[in-house]
Amino acid sequence: MKKKLFFAGAGGQGALAIGQMIAKAAMEEGLEVTWLPSYGPEMRGGTANCTVVVSDRAISCPLINEADVLVVMNLPSLTKFQSMVVPGGKIFINSSLVPVTSDRKDCDVFEIPCNDIAHDLGNERASNIVMLSAILKETGIVKEETVREQIEKMFSGRKAKFLPANLAALKTYLD
Amino acid sequence: MSRVLMKGNEAFAEAAIRAGVKCYFGYPITPQNEIPEYMSHELPKAGGAFIQAESELAAINMAFGASASGGRVFISTSSPGLALMQEGIGFIASCEVPLVILNVSRGGPGVGGIQPGQADYLQVTRGGYNGDVRVPVFAPSSIQECANLIYECFDIADEYRNPVVILADGMLGQMMEPVELPEARGITPVEKINDERPWAITGTDNHPERNVVYSLRLDPQVLENHCFDMFEKYAKAEKELVRWTDQGLEDAEIVFVAFGTMSRLCVEAIELLEERGIKAGLIRPISLWPYPNAAFDKIGKNCKVVISTELSMGQMITDVKTAVQGRWPVSLINRTGGMVPSSIEIADRAEKALKEATK
Repeated sequence: MKKKLFFAGAGGQGALAIGQMIAKAAMEEGLEVTWLPSYGPEMRGGTANCTVVVSDRAISCPLINEADVLVVMNLPSLTKFQSMVVPGGKIFINSSLVPVTSDRKDCDVFEIPCNDIAHDLGNERASNIVMLSAILKETGIVKEETVREQIEKMFSGRKAKFLPANLAALKTYLD
Repeated sequence: MSRVLMKGNEAFAEAAIRAGVKCYFGYPITPQNEIPEYMSHELPKAGGAFIQAESELAAINMAFGASASGGRVFISTSSPGLALMQEGIGFIASCEVPLVILNVSRGGPGVGGIQPGQADYLQVTRGGYNGDVRVPVFAPSSIQECANLIYECFDIADEYRNPVVILADGMLGQMMEPVELPEARGITPVEKINDERPWAITGTDNHPERNVVYSLRLDPQVLENHCFDMFEKYAKAEKELVRWTDQGLEDAEIVFVAFGTMSRLCVEAIELLEERGIKAGLIRPISLWPYPNAAFDKIGKNCKVVISTELSMGQMITDVKTAVQGRWPVSLINRTGGMVPSSIEIADRAEKALKEATK
């Protein structure tokens, strides 16, 4: 088993964060994993992206030529990266901010209104966790419990007030 | 032992703390900024001292002083920052003071860019310092190896009383992988320093004779003897510090030579070439000085071409040619300036190099 995932969005939308959460969960479930971010000036406003490779064997190369799963949080990311998905791959689009769908008719396309759902849950910043919920449901790449434990750790102490909205966001597609 | 998901930069920093680092000096430069950030909040908790210097020149000279007085010292920077430290490294080597220096390299020349590069190969293996100086250099290719190597490099620096350089690149610094961290050793207490490092400048409380750390030797015979002494230990290093990994050399038609990030791209290129019916192998130098010349003796008789694969205009290729000694044609596959080739590009160019070599 080897899955290549690519996450892209504007800096601050949490694309890198959900990539990292999947990577960490996969590691905790005993798999090998690499997480490789773009770094540099693009983090301050432009697009930020990361590559995650998950495998049951040692991973030679953290860079990918094609993706099994593409996650885009904004329109420029869809335009730029949809061609890298393998035929039959999965494309997740944040339809709250992306007014068009993918040109890729040979892929499974999931349009997820992340910001709208997160807004209704009371915290629009949980929009990436709504996307994460959809990814977990459609790919089954890691278990819900492993991710939920991470979220509980992440939103503890002073950040505990953000926990309910994020847990609700994770539940969106997993009930 | 449990695994944690860490960036290369964080793994370097945490493993250095666990190796018993007393002092870290740094000056911010991308792509290694997570190291001073991590050190600033974690090193004091472990009982060490973090200082953000006012420049790279100040940082290397602070490191010189701290290490001369006997503490384990760690310093990190990126390419143009290391260029600024060259004078200090030469002085430290001449004074036979240990130090671990990490270069998370980026694209050059000059201030260059911030994306990954390997164009510091000659800078770290040959150095910009004057005089007869050698500095052992090690290049990790995974986050686990980042942690393991830096942990061990403190022992090597102490044993050889010499600076040791770790050459990583921006991709390794920024990437995350699971890592098992080595056990924490703790910092040597001040009163024990002279037991481990009898040469260190700790005052004369514990011993009547004063210790002097110096590099000025005006008598040419004295200076020549000093160089002879240094080269005895460098000869030992050439025997004991050679490290590499290899794969598929026995029947390979193409042999890639690559270190760090590039070696991982080569492993995938080897798989792509296998799908095309071409057998390729890899030599991955871990020690860049001393260079693993012996690895090349393992290359089998099917070899048609040896390819130095680099993120530079071709710097390691000089050492590859020396190791090859004319036995096979040597070719170069490279990108530079922060550009990283895909594994497909490497496989395509290797196939072309093979055709040219067998024409």
